[in-house]
Amino acid sequence: MNRESNKHTYIFATIMVVSVASVLSFTSESLKDLQNANIKKEKMQNILSSVGINVSRDESESLYDDYVKEELSLKSDGSIDDQVNAFNINLALEVKKDKDLQRFPLYIANVEGEKFYVIPLRGAGLWAEIWGYIALKDDINTIKGVSFDHKSETAGLGAEITEDWFIDSFNDEKIKDSDGNFVGVYLTKTNNDPGNSDKMDNEIDAISGATITGDGVSDMIIERVKNYLPYFNSLTNE
Amino acid sequence: MSKEKEPFFSKKNRALLTDPLDDDNPITVQVLGICSALAITVKLEPAVVMTLSVIFVMAAGNVIVSILRNVIPTRIRIIVQLLVVATLVALVDQFLKAYAYDVSKQLAIFIGLIITNCIIMGRFEAFALGNGVWKSFLDGVGNAAGYGWILIVVAFVRELFGSGELWGVPVIPQFIYDLGYQDNGLMLLSPMALIVVGIYIWIQRYYNRKLIEKD
Repeated sequence: MNRESNKHTYIFATIMVVSVASVLSFTSESLKDLQNANIKKEKMQNILSSVGINVSRDESESLYDDYVKEELSLKSDGSIDDQVNAFNINLALEVKKDKDLQRFPLYIANVEGEKFYVIPLRGAGLWAEIWGYIALKDDINTIKGVSFDHKSETAGLGAEITEDWFIDSFNDEKIKDSDGNFVGVYLTKTNNDPGNSDKMDNEIDAISGATITGDGVSDMIIERVKNYLPYFNSLTNE
Repeated sequence: MSKEKEPFFSKKNRALLTDPLDDDNPITVQVLGICSALAITVKLEPAVVMTLSVIFVMAAGNVIVSILRNVIPTRIRIIVQLLVVATLVALVDQFLKAYAYDVSKQLAIFIGLIITNCIIMGRFEAFALGNGVWKSFLDGVGNAAGYGWILIVVAFVRELFGSGELWGVPVIPQFIYDLGYQDNGLMLLSPMALIVVGIYIWIQRYYNRKLIEKD
């Protein structure tokens, strides 16, 4: 056997590639269910955490149905699309579509008699995507809670958006100004309110050194929540 | 395979396992694999998982390359080595996603970056291609452990002084904070990893004089 011949090289490369491909696809197929289950549980855990229910990932699946009562997919005009399962909407793909073709998932949770609207968020941080959930109280103005996650923000700076001290500063903040117009929530460095004691100013104290991640959070909230206004308006008009 | 009679743990074979821990450490002596040593040593847990993953990839990879060493066409050997390490890394990634989801999220891109870890390709090329299966296995485990040992030392220092925790559990008592102590945020940033590795090299060479270059 001459292992430097072209024939040997081609045969070797072919066998190698085919066997590697089979091993990989077999593993991927057999582990897929477990992986998807993890992703699903994490999503439930994040939704629950935005309405103030903090549970472990494994507990989230059994508790999810106790709290989340409705899952709606909304069209851009605010009407409900019954054909689409809201939970299965992949926001990463959805945000790339045209506004009119997008479906906007909305989760309605009920915690100890209080009703919360949970809106999934997705936007851009400094290095890659950031995402999360924002839960609004029944007045569709006051924030009940948020949860954020990110793909690769800087550890210690932008990555701090997942930490409790930052997330908690959103609690009870308003998304509308005093005239009732939607303005969103801004992360700012100049509001002289590091304790976030002023809950009416639509402002959150930003993280030093994470300006671009912070702007990403503000933009993401405004861009996403805006899409739900037609639906919310239809509720108040009824 | 060349020396059939050699005992499994002969002096030479033991040296394959222990040399990389100190005398021939991939990070502090050969200065390979620095990039991941900086990136994933903020906390102990990911550092340990990274260590285990690299031990698996390096040992299994060395064994596979060693088994194939007489049939791999020389002209495409680097590509073959790359394919072996990429396959093993993809397997590790899949298993972590299924069984250790939180850890896999923390390590995220760094698992993929094991592929480019120079230590692994270096051992395939320099050792496994020319040595028997058992020796290659020992060499893989030894080098990965030498790499991982440094990761764990650095992560220990960085997590302790950077976050006041070890393995995510707070270890610095509250009264020390009350006295005005603060966690050192600089420890969380990559430059401090380089400085910690530098200090380790300094201490190592103080005790291990033969590592000091003579000029």
